[in-house]
Amino acid sequence: MEKTWNNRAWFLVLPVLLLVAFSAVIPLMTVVNYSVQDTFGNNVFFWAGTEWFEELLSSSRFWQAMIRNLVFSFIILAIEVPLGIFIALNMPKKGWGVPVCLVLMALPLLIPWNVVGTIWQVFGRNDIGLLGYYVNALGIDYNYVQDPYDAWVTVIIMDVWHWTSLVVLLCYAGLVSIPDAFYQAAKIDGASRWAVFRYIQLPKMNRVLLIAVLLRFMDSFMIYTEPFVVTGGGPGNSTTFLSIDLVKTALGQFDLGPAAAMSLVYFLIVLLLSWVFYTVMTNYDAER
Amino acid sequence: MARIDVNHIRHSYLQNPRTDADFALKEVHHTFEDGGAYALLGPSGCGKTTLLNIISGLLHPSHGQLLFNGRDVTNLSTQERNIAQVFQFPVIYDTMTVYDNLAFPLRNRGVPEADVDRKVRETLEMTGLADMAKRKARGLTADQKQKISLGRGLVRSDVNAILFDEPLTVIDPHMKWVLRSQLKQLHRRFGYTMVYVTHDQTEALTFADRVVVMYDGEIVQIGTPAELFERPRHTFVGYFIGSPGMNVMPVAIDGKTAKLGSQQIELPGVPKADGGAIELGIRPEYVRLGSQGMAVRVSKVEDVGRHKVVRANLEGREIAAVIGEDETVPADPKVRFDPAGINIYADSWRVEMGA
Repeated sequence: MEKTWNNRAWFLVLPVLLLVAFSAVIPLMTVVNYSVQDTFGNNVFFWAGTEWFEELLSSSRFWQAMIRNLVFSFIILAIEVPLGIFIALNMPKKGWGVPVCLVLMALPLLIPWNVVGTIWQVFGRNDIGLLGYYVNALGIDYNYVQDPYDAWVTVIIMDVWHWTSLVVLLCYAGLVSIPDAFYQAAKIDGASRWAVFRYIQLPKMNRVLLIAVLLRFMDSFMIYTEPFVVTGGGPGNSTTFLSIDLVKTALGQFDLGPAAAMSLVYFLIVLLLSWVFYTVMTNYDAER
Repeated sequence: MARIDVNHIRHSYLQNPRTDADFALKEVHHTFEDGGAYALLGPSGCGKTTLLNIISGLLHPSHGQLLFNGRDVTNLSTQERNIAQVFQFPVIYDTMTVYDNLAFPLRNRGVPEADVDRKVRETLEMTGLADMAKRKARGLTADQKQKISLGRGLVRSDVNAILFDEPLTVIDPHMKWVLRSQLKQLHRRFGYTMVYVTHDQTEALTFADRVVVMYDGEIVQIGTPAELFERPRHTFVGYFIGSPGMNVMPVAIDGKTAKLGSQQIELPGVPKADGGAIELGIRPEYVRLGSQGMAVRVSKVEDVGRHKVVRANLEGREIAAVIGEDETVPADPKVRFDPAGINIYADSWRVEMGA
């Protein structure tokens, strides 16, 4: 049959195109516009070319924030993924324990991010915080306001508390979808507990784990609210991650040009990493 | 290989079973002979999978004993019983190659790698998987995966029995025949004790030497395919085996005759029934349609290929008769029952007939 070519069909895409233009393309272009200009207010702009980009890429402040952010993402992934798998493996598969565990696990995910920050900000305080007070009472010197190391520990524990549940729930979903016959066959084959994990449970969780890692990486790479509420990026710049740095530049110092350049670089990094993950995942699917 | 004695086993999935209805297996007492090929046949929910899982040790029976070659194994784990089981859906280890899948049960048992290699190669040969040994198991078709499941059982030469739980459910029809005949061949060559659970009568009758028919948690009949067909011990066996199933109708007995409404039916002997609800069972294959006998009203004729199934009404009851492909229904149809095919049932159980 002859195919009918009718370019008027493109009009059907128009509504979405307009919507995306207003919500994404136009704001993005504004940022691009800012990133190549300088301003001293009053809506007067001067051409700046690639100056902001050069400045940004040679600034140690940016690279430090970047390294801090990567280290942070790596640490929370290294804790949350194994911990999440471990908890999911030990959750009950049937009975009254299932809804109880699921609700308990979902609770941290339901709390707004700034509230999570506030909870931990108070929780860790030396004077009135349950955690801070008793840790100090045990003779451990802990003060997240002054000590960078303590600030990091606090932010990491907070993130683990907040987000491990997500990994748990995803893994649990993967685990309960394994038919009983697999466990029965493994028993008959004389498989050890470890072999069951290695050859049945882990392969079946593979896909959800990839999604969990992707989500947790993206989220932690964009983390802003919680550390901002708890430490404000301090002490010093020790917990200043990329997005905190960005907001400090754009709103704190009102340097629109450098901030715009930074947003674009940040955006490209996220895009690049998403593409890498996407490629890995689809390749993995194709292999199946 | 082993003889398996199922010694008065009862099983309930409830904590505190009270009545008979709480038991998924009411009481099963049976011996599976060493090297026999058995089929457990019955409708869904009749307890056949429960019985299979009790034999394999995945379930512990509420009451009774299980013996392998006379040794009590009731409290042994699945692994210690040393049986193999093939499940309804193929169970394979996705990330391993076909070879490693087959080697898995041996490696778990600490068999030296040289023996593993020898056994796995033998098994690959037996199951016809030799040319895909190096392939990842995940990309294979359902029937190849099911062969891997089977192979993981065959690879252990000392298995006591191989159990099959509706293994051909997800296999394409044309492969079902191939796999079934391969199973029969393996059975003939190596003499494994095989127990095969299915709800498909064709599968059961072609696979097994002896078919165990289960209904509502009980064994209702054990026999060769021919016995099940000719002399169903229970009206359920009559319904369940054969297509269409046996005609069963309530009758009154008077010596050597059975009264069905206004009709008299000559019996081959005097039934030894004392009371209870008496029924007469006759397979459609033994109902003769012609110009003599009891008048019927034919409602439908189904042509199923090699023969025709005639649905008719006799004394207000539906009966089925089988006639040859070329035969036609006479204008004034009447039926006769061939005495050779008549069975009498009291409270659903078959009674013998005396002279």
